[in-house]
Amino acid sequence: MSLIGLSTQNLVKRFGGLRATDGVSLEIRPGELHAIIGPNGAGKTTLINLLTGELRSDEGGIKIGGEEVSGTPVQHRVGMGLLRSYQITSIFDAFTVIENVCLAAMRKRGVRWAVWKPMSAYADVMEKARAIIEQCHLGEVADTVVSNLAYGQRRQLEVAMALAADPKILLLDEPMAGMSAAEGAAAIELLRSLKGRYTILLIEHDMNAVFSLADRISVLVYGKIVATGSIEEIRNHPEVRRAYLGDDADA
Amino acid sequence: MNRVKLGAWLIPVLFLLLACVPFVAQAIGEPFYITFFARVLVYALAACALNLVLGFAGLVSFGHAMFIGLGCYAVGILTYYGFSDGWLQLGVAVAVCALVALVVGSVCLRTSGIGFIMITLAFAQMFYFLMVSMTTFGGDDGLNINEPSNFGLFELSGSSEVYWAAWVVLLAATVFMARLKKSPFGMVLRATHINPRRVNAFGYSVFRVQLAAYVISGVLTGVAGVLLANLTAFASPSYMSWPVSGDLIVMLVIGGLGTIVGPIIGAVAFLVMEEFFKGLTQHWMLIMGPVIVVIALLTRNGFGWLTRQREAQSAQAKAPVAGEVPAKAAAVPAGEAQ
Repeated sequence: MSLIGLSTQNLVKRFGGLRATDGVSLEIRPGELHAIIGPNGAGKTTLINLLTGELRSDEGGIKIGGEEVSGTPVQHRVGMGLLRSYQITSIFDAFTVIENVCLAAMRKRGVRWAVWKPMSAYADVMEKARAIIEQCHLGEVADTVVSNLAYGQRRQLEVAMALAADPKILLLDEPMAGMSAAEGAAAIELLRSLKGRYTILLIEHDMNAVFSLADRISVLVYGKIVATGSIEEIRNHPEVRRAYLGDDADA
Repeated sequence: MNRVKLGAWLIPVLFLLLACVPFVAQAIGEPFYITFFARVLVYALAACALNLVLGFAGLVSFGHAMFIGLGCYAVGILTYYGFSDGWLQLGVAVAVCALVALVVGSVCLRTSGIGFIMITLAFAQMFYFLMVSMTTFGGDDGLNINEPSNFGLFELSGSSEVYWAAWVVLLAATVFMARLKKSPFGMVLRATHINPRRVNAFGYSVFRVQLAAYVISGVLTGVAGVLLANLTAFASPSYMSWPVSGDLIVMLVIGGLGTIVGPIIGAVAFLVMEEFFKGLTQHWMLIMGPVIVVIALLTRNGFGWLTRQREAQSAQAKAPVAGEVPAKAAAVPAGEAQ
């Protein structure tokens, strides 16, 4: 699998008078784990929605692996391998864990004319789904209806579904939000194992996670990128410390 | 364990019971019951078709009587011009219903919620008034069908013939729905009901999946119309009027939305109740209405409790597994707020 990158050029999204995304130019290199941090309301989720095509940008461009994709529908970008997870868990409550993951894993095959054979009879899809469920530590609950899952497990399933859909680029929207410390640690391990295999854009509030995982970090404040750089550069960037980390960051 | 068994024998038992109806009716010398239950089976078939869009995909189509009517008039109009070949009539009914469903669905599925309900209703009323105005085919008075559909090997010439044809088609449709529900297409279709945005985010086209379901559903409802035309030897605009669409929805709701046996149980319950209360009093609607309200209120998903309860049990049995994870995390959906 060849890795591809993702970039935006001067991306703008307005909601009425508010510029939720205000001239964002990002360069995410192939295979890189690029984290975006920023205070609440900085426009992080809006940025992801623009990248996936769920929101239409007002100005600027988005390139996936060099191809201009702004204006194309979600399906087209998913077809190129751009998959996301949601900050607000969006899993299919009435289905079991494995059914949820299988739905994602069926993506490439499609469901045309597939009205007779049960989904569980598609051996290759099931095998792939089981492997991903194991990888995401959900093996014990594979056959549980997901509305009965604990919160942390639902978050893990959210990531598992994005993984099952054969991504090349993963956009992870606060995958650890609301997790307990133990669950968070497991999630960090999971992300570490994904690093290098996919191009990853990670949005996360947990600074531990960001500083231990990211190759590079961008800081988003009021829709603008105020800094991009390595962990060290971001730690020491004066504007970042003022805007986000607070003055006690050097303690 | 027993939940698997219960679900597995419910469908065969139901169809065996239905297969006994003609013989019992003959034995007690009441052939009227064959006609009555043939009507039940036809409506069960239409409800089964509606279940695909309303039960699985959560699309409230308030215009499904349109397809019953189209099926009826395919038989009526072709017979009027002297074509009583059943296969031809069936073929025309299927083609017309597929085409209409494709066009109507393409328009309706661009809306959702109330918009979808109203536009499906509007299309059905359009066809209703079209047939009312077609005086060549009887207009308001309907069209008598003098010859039954001739399928070569058999003719739908009497109530028992229609009964057995409906029984076979309903069985086939039920098996098809049971398979479809668990198939990838069915899973994606049901997923569009739960969270269409996420389905889109996986690159599936919610629109196309729902349109495909709407077309299949329309065609199957049209087949029910072909059977109804032969049962009553009549095609009338009233078959495609909105109360019929409403009845189908009520049948589904009391039978259990999205379940496999729901449409059958709902059609039987609805039409048997209607017949029973009609026998009691002229003002049967006054009793029937409240009874349906009570059924809908007391049972969360109509007779769907038959299946729902089994799911709840299985969920309970598995709950401890989920509980092993720190309960603390489960109680804190803090990250949900932005």
